[in-house]
Amino acid sequence: MNLFAQLFRVAFNSVAHHKLRSSLTMLGIIIGVSAVITMVSIGEGARRQVSERIQGMGTNLLVIRPGFSRRRHVRSASVNTLTAADALAIEREISDAALVAPEAGKSAQVKYLSQNTNTTVLGVTPPYLEVNNFELSEGSFFTDADVKSRSKTAVLGATAYKELFDSGTAVGETIRIKGVNFKVLGVLTAKGQQGFRDPDDMILVPLSTAQKRLFGVDYLRAINVSVVSESKMESTQAEIEALLMRRHRLSPGQEPDFNIRNQKELLTTMNEVSDTFTNLLAAVAVVSMLVGGIGIMNIMLVSVTERTREIGIRKAVGARGRDVLFQFLVEAMLLSVIGGLVGIGAGFAASRAVAAGTTWQTAVSPASVVFAFAIAALTGVFFGLFPAMKASRLDPVEALRQE
Amino acid sequence: MIHLESITKTYCMGEHKVHALRGLDIHIAAGEMVAVMGPSGSGKSTLMNILGCLDRPSSGKYLLDGEDVAALSADGLASIRNRKLGFVFQSFNLLQLDSALDNVALPLLYAGVSDPHKKAKEALRRVGLEDRAHHKPSELSGGQRQRVAIARALVTNPPVILADEPTGNLDSKTGEEILKIFTKLHREGTTVLMVTHEHEVAEHCRRLLMIRDGVLEKDERFEPRAADDGQIDIQVESAGTVCAPDKEKAEVMS
Ligand SMILES: Nc1ncnc2c1ncn2[C@@H]1O[C@H](COP(=O)(O)OP(=O)(O)OP(=O)(O)O)[C@@H](O)[C@H]1O
Ligand SMILES: [Mg+2]
Repeated sequence: MNLFAQLFRVAFNSVAHHKLRSSLTMLGIIIGVSAVITMVSIGEGARRQVSERIQGMGTNLLVIRPGFSRRRHVRSASVNTLTAADALAIEREISDAALVAPEAGKSAQVKYLSQNTNTTVLGVTPPYLEVNNFELSEGSFFTDADVKSRSKTAVLGATAYKELFDSGTAVGETIRIKGVNFKVLGVLTAKGQQGFRDPDDMILVPLSTAQKRLFGVDYLRAINVSVVSESKMESTQAEIEALLMRRHRLSPGQEPDFNIRNQKELLTTMNEVSDTFTNLLAAVAVVSMLVGGIGIMNIMLVSVTERTREIGIRKAVGARGRDVLFQFLVEAMLLSVIGGLVGIGAGFAASRAVAAGTTWQTAVSPASVVFAFAIAALTGVFFGLFPAMKASRLDPVEALRQE
Repeated sequence: MIHLESITKTYCMGEHKVHALRGLDIHIAAGEMVAVMGPSGSGKSTLMNILGCLDRPSSGKYLLDGEDVAALSADGLASIRNRKLGFVFQSFNLLQLDSALDNVALPLLYAGVSDPHKKAKEALRRVGLEDRAHHKPSELSGGQRQRVAIARALVTNPPVILADEPTGNLDSKTGEEILKIFTKLHREGTTVLMVTHEHEVAEHCRRLLMIRDGVLEKDERFEPRAADDGQIDIQVESAGTVCAPDKEKAEVMS
């Protein structure tokens, strides 16, 4: 048995002998470690959720929206810069644009019998379904012919369906949008809430119907473009930008009156945002760990005072300052390591409980476990150092005189 | 073995100064067995603490086994305590959470000895406690506790064993057993210094140092009774008699 094994055993005995004191000391560390793990798991869960949703929409998606226009050096928000002609031009001239889905729309009052709801009515063309990864749960989608003939047909998003029909039959029924009768052709499968946005809260109608019959506009809300492959994202984005600049009669130096959102970039941005969020949560948890560390220091100082006689005995038989120093350091580390291990267990349990008890998704990140544990151990060393030094400097006669 | 020259110890209590030792010159040769006596507060424990390197004198010179102790650092003193000295306290000073065996092994641990438990068991055998190795101090009688403490003092085979009132907390019969162990150690060649209040205890020794008010009042030597089979008796009838220190003998011994 070497000195270190002995030190470890001494520390363990002392921790085990003062169970209540030890567990109270460890409480701070346990709370700190489990808080770090739980918080980070919530942040990580949110990040995964967002990234799964974005990937669900397809990472090869470009979304063109109307942007700012600059007329006589006055910058104004503009919503009427994109037209159906722009969408057609993209479809014709950009070879890497696999599918082009223009959309126009506004929120509107919709009625079915006595049911009333306010939802977004989107005018789209058939490719919209595929470009945005929507699926039909029942019925069918309107065709190019419907778009051409401005037919009064509609496909319901899952939320709009629920609002109007609860769970009854919708296909074949007639609903009223802004006082105009529409025949329901189909219902979409739900995508689920995406942050604050509910993508299922909408009704799709043919683009021309929405523009001419319902809203009387000829501009678009957005043009969704799916690119042939992910590697062509940047080049396609540049080509579309050049095309639209030309069509909108803007010279290359000017600020475009539209903006193109790249799903891949969005994914990166969202990841950055959730990383910041996660780091913030972790920082809060680390503060609680520091508080736990101060608790350890407190108890260790009491322990040094309580065990002055023991230190005296050890010194009397030949323990050097550093032997006593290590003994107390090992004890402080043991407290924080045990606290850290219990905290990891508690953190896993808490993050599971959060996932079970709320709509949030959680994912324990291995890095946070390692990080929390390392901080716990360091806390032990750091806050154990001062009491340990105090103990190691005790004078043997003085220490033995203590009762 | 032990060489003290004008040792003083002064405690400062704020303004007030307590002179616990006022210039002691003591020479003790290797293998002697010496009793230290004196009234309460005369400075016996102070002296023993200095001899045991637990404390430093305020002034004066202390050579232990030829080594100048005053020059050593705190860690140097710890090493001396570990290798050259065994200290036995009146109040045992055992670690309450550890078994007898672990208590005895403690000095070996700090000495970095391999297999300390084997040597600790051997030391417990020497004080007749091998069957109590795994008892905690709280599960032992007073006499047994002191024997564990003695085993701890002798486990490193130090040349000097110091005991401050080792029988002070024990009844006379148990005390007698403890003294037998010290006598045995002395016969094996260890230098033994023992503080005591009882003449019967001092009678086991061959030399008596009387301390009063921090000065050496008397330094007496006794001859053991020849045909006493190791049983040592006091020769001078009245222990209170003041004798001049036997200078010639002291020089021979040191
Ligand atoms: N730490 C200290 N601070 C101040 N004075 C002290 C200290 N230790 C001892 N003294 C004083 O030094 C003197 C000698 O004390 P010491 O303990 O050596 O006496 P002693 O001979 O061992 O007495 P006893 O037989 O009662 O044990 C006493 O007057 C005591 O009050
Ligand atoms: Mg005393």
